Amino acid sequence: MTAIINYGVGNLFSLTGSLKHLGIEAVVTADADEIRKADRIILPGVGAFADAKRKLSDTGLIPVLNEEAGNGKPLLGICLGMQLLFEKSYEYGEHDGLGYIKGEVCPLCEDIPENMKVPHIGWNKLIIKDKSNPMLKYTSEGDYMYYVHSYYAKKCEESLIAYSEYYVNVPGLVNNKNVFGTQFHPEKSGEAGLKMLKAFCEVR
Amino acid sequence: MITKRIIPCLDIRNGRVVKGVNFDGIRDVDDPVALAKYYNDSGADELVFYDITASFEERGLFADVLKNVAENIFIPLTVGGNINSLDDFDRVLKSGADKVSVNTGAIKNPSIVGEAAKKYGDQCVVLSMDVKRVDGRFMLFAKGGRENTGIDAVEWAKKRTADGAGEIVVNSINTDGVKNGFDIEMLEAICGVVSVPVIASGGAGRMEHFKTLFDTVPGVDAGLAASIFHFGEVKINDLKKYLISQNIEMRVF
Repeated sequence: MTAIINYGVGNLFSLTGSLKHLGIEAVVTADADEIRKADRIILPGVGAFADAKRKLSDTGLIPVLNEEAGNGKPLLGICLGMQLLFEKSYEYGEHDGLGYIKGEVCPLCEDIPENMKVPHIGWNKLIIKDKSNPMLKYTSEGDYMYYVHSYYAKKCEESLIAYSEYYVNVPGLVNNKNVFGTQFHPEKSGEAGLKMLKAFCEVR
Repeated sequence: MITKRIIPCLDIRNGRVVKGVNFDGIRDVDDPVALAKYYNDSGADELVFYDITASFEERGLFADVLKNVAENIFIPLTVGGNINSLDDFDRVLKSGADKVSVNTGAIKNPSIVGEAAKKYGDQCVVLSMDVKRVDGRFMLFAKGGRENTGIDAVEWAKKRTADGAGEIVVNSINTDGVKNGFDIEMLEAICGVVSVPVIASGGAGRMEHFKTLFDTVPGVDAGLAASIFHFGEVKINDLKKYLISQNIEMRVF
């Protein structure tokens, strides 16, 4: 069973639909017991960091996530859900993240030329740094993933598995032990994204 | 770097696709899920669903269509039509839209763009604009292109993106339906003042028109079309292969 954390951020139709399509049982939940019983956890998210962090905090689930992530249960953060995994974000101020992965989330616009567009919206090629990562079991170098974001992870070299180029190297997939994060939306990245979700669900 | 995108647009009324698609292998020519799947499988980078429903009662049907598509097609979905308030944003986002396109609703109430961007994020708000030349100026039109608002379209694009619109769809009334190519001059004018992705609409008739579009106006990120895709005049997978052969980066799938 895969628990998709429900904390009122973003639409989950594609995520639940993707897992269903892959034949993977999933439940959208904010129930601590259900999360503890699940084989793996997905933390979705769109919108602004501080708002999402507050909403997640309001569910009272952060201690449960800390515990489960600490116990080695596979956890995948998607888009803003990935950003929440880091130590800090500088989106409209300075906010603490969950701190499962070393690094911080910074505005893209400060690091790319002015004539480049922000948000970084669209399909971008994945460049693989660590091919042996279990999340990449079915992924090939050059697969296209769908990104939509204005902030990106920095100082996360140790956990960087794959990235895409947008003047800077935008971390696409990060991993620290049992905790994974994708800046792109695998549930919106067609066949390539489905393959990655399948791989996550096979992580033990 | 990010690829250029090819986006088909489907008009929905009463839960069905208006002017259904007539392709081999699709029996139910106006089933939105079947058509969305068809486009997904042929390489569409995104889908636009446009609600042309006139009555309030039919909104429920539209929501059902969206949910069904979002659960079955794993590429981004943009929804437009009948978006006049934050409640309308909420309604379609809760039914599976990733982005919401606002057109006449923003003309009636320009502050909706900023409010929606603040609430849902810039990336969620697409400003769609119908533009036509009047006395040598690009003017913004309302009500499906029937009414000149008297607003300068270039200024409009600048202001609303400053408010937080994360993408712009520029539909040229001059070239729409003519099938003689996109409105390069108009797109250049608007790309010159905005720093968000621009989606070109109106005028595609042949594959070469997309090449000319992307080669001539580098600021354009995507080409949107309806009838040429629906009637099979241009097949999306052929179009993408052709554009790749012309050195334009496309998502291969």
